[in-house]
Amino acid sequence: MNPIKTIRSRTVVMPSTNIDTDQIIPGRFLTTTTKEGLGQQLFADWRYDASGAPKPDFILNKPEAAGCRILVAGRNVGCGSSREHAPWALLDYGFQAVISTEIADIFRNNSLKNGLLPIVVDADTHAWLLANPGAELAVDLESASLHLPDGRQVSFPIDPFARYCLMNGVDELGFLLSKDGDIKAYEARRTA
Amino acid sequence: MTTAKTMFEKVWAAHEVVPETADTPAVIFIDLHLTHEVTSPQAFSLLRERGLKVRRPDLTLATMDHATPTRTEQVFGGAPISIESAARQIKQLEKNCAEFGVELLGLQDERRGIVHIIGPELGVTQPGKTIVCGDSHTSTHGAFGALAFGIGTTEVGHVLATQCLLQKKAKTFAVEVAGRLAAGVTPKDLILAIIGKVGVSGGTGHVFEYRGEAIRAMDMEQRMTICNMSIEAGARAGMIAPDDVTFAYLQDKPRAPQGAAWTDALARWKSLPTDAGAVFDKSVNIDAAALVPMITYGTNPGMVVPVTGSVPDLRGDPVFDAAMKYMGLNPGEPIGNAPVNVVFVGSCTNGRLSDLRAAARVLKGQKVASGVHMLVVPGSQEVKRQAEAEGLHEVFAAAGAEWRESGCSMCLGMNGDTVPKGQYSVSTSNRNFEGRQGIGARTLLASPETAAASAIRGRVTDPRELLNA
Repeated sequence: MNPIKTIRSRTVVMPSTNIDTDQIIPGRFLTTTTKEGLGQQLFADWRYDASGAPKPDFILNKPEAAGCRILVAGRNVGCGSSREHAPWALLDYGFQAVISTEIADIFRNNSLKNGLLPIVVDADTHAWLLANPGAELAVDLESASLHLPDGRQVSFPIDPFARYCLMNGVDELGFLLSKDGDIKAYEARRTA
Repeated sequence: MTTAKTMFEKVWAAHEVVPETADTPAVIFIDLHLTHEVTSPQAFSLLRERGLKVRRPDLTLATMDHATPTRTEQVFGGAPISIESAARQIKQLEKNCAEFGVELLGLQDERRGIVHIIGPELGVTQPGKTIVCGDSHTSTHGAFGALAFGIGTTEVGHVLATQCLLQKKAKTFAVEVAGRLAAGVTPKDLILAIIGKVGVSGGTGHVFEYRGEAIRAMDMEQRMTICNMSIEAGARAGMIAPDDVTFAYLQDKPRAPQGAAWTDALARWKSLPTDAGAVFDKSVNIDAAALVPMITYGTNPGMVVPVTGSVPDLRGDPVFDAAMKYMGLNPGEPIGNAPVNVVFVGSCTNGRLSDLRAAARVLKGQKVASGVHMLVVPGSQEVKRQAEAEGLHEVFAAAGAEWRESGCSMCLGMNGDTVPKGQYSVSTSNRNFEGRQGIGARTLLASPETAAASAIRGRVTDPRELLNA
């Protein structure tokens, strides 16, 4: 996992509410045994027609979406299936952050564990972002804040441990493995 | 300051290896890790990369269900699995389990089935346990008073390697269900009504506890249907306090505690229910007696109406407008006018024996309408055997429905069982998202009774019309 300190990018806006993980990557692509290449299938059923050709009116197929690393989504993004293929696909495509007013629990956890930054903002900021697609944003993880092009600075909540892991490019497994003594002690007293 | 605790708080406290601090989440011990072919391969790869072992193979159980075919010839007949990548994934699970010493209930094992159906059947699902699986419907096991929730593949790797997870404590949410369900109204109708009321993100950050007279009156299979769909309201877990119904269900299960261990377990389990006076962070009240059979009309499980009602008119709401366009339904139209092309009875929501019995009760002596394809898929091979011992498969066959081997099947369109583009499916599964059952498939979620009645009439039908309820 690459360390993340700042992200500077224009936004792609997908205003739909409740974008579920079946939309982010449909189930038929889950019969893979690796994480690689899933960006090709990101939003497959919204992005491609029956023949596999890109649908020109879908945002990711428009020229202005090229190179954007921040996805602004409608409320409750990532609901539904626990498939980690959803953040893998977003990352493989090139996204580094997802912004919404509500982000579903499992998707948020899966995103954090892969270096995709889930950013929850207030309704006013969200409305501004939805109304200004392509806005150039700067995300600063150290201060957990979002810098809008009009000079506004909006802070967002992030668990300090997750922030530490993201900023240092370390995953949580190392931390868990370091607790081996505690785990052994628990196992010795465990009854269930 | 009260010391009264909720059931969730008790189970949480009993599994804290290291408590949460200002800087780090809690380390929580996992009593049972269920795993399957789709969300585990990358986790086993992680173990290989790091040179790690599975810490507790004795607390890990694997099966195959998601990408697994349901056609008998592909499961038992030696015919190739039609989806090549699914076949590879199944092989990979076999290889991973052999290499890491994990017990696998494989393709032809008589104990195989949907992971959330076989846990309870085997008796490994028990009150007070922490149970995880790389599948959001792990919430099903909460019906026993377990803290059970879905995790991603990275976390599957964490549990394989350490038997622990890093977790922040969730908030608690009481779902109080007063009264009793009327005849012909099922737990599926109740949970759809709850999701409709709470909303698809209303439970985010929370663990549900389903409480009240209607819940206490349910058997274990019914309680599992309720807890199964907690995630559809955004809650990672949903719990029901264990009681005599729970204990009677578990007593003769093959892997339930025996002898003195049973007596000890029972004493622990009886201490789990939420204490009088414990405070929940949030709550909602539902009157079970006022409910009628429910069905979804849109593209999320919260878009639900009584089967006797009409599609609402919420034009101008972008979610509604997009759903109408996708579903090809009209605002204000009676949902009973909706055509039906496919009917699916099965899944971890409604693929247990009582669900198949309910569908058979409606179908007995009837025929599936001309042009309707009905698929009945038992949730496990054990459910299949029991259903066949009762002759349920003959009722389905006589009605013109297909009967298959167990698996997730048409719930999620990744194993060869799909709904054709544009067709309407009345499904007993849990998600009506766009494309969930196949590209362009239009899903209406309902109970087994409503699904069977709709198969007979070829349009959405109130099962009470056929049950004389």
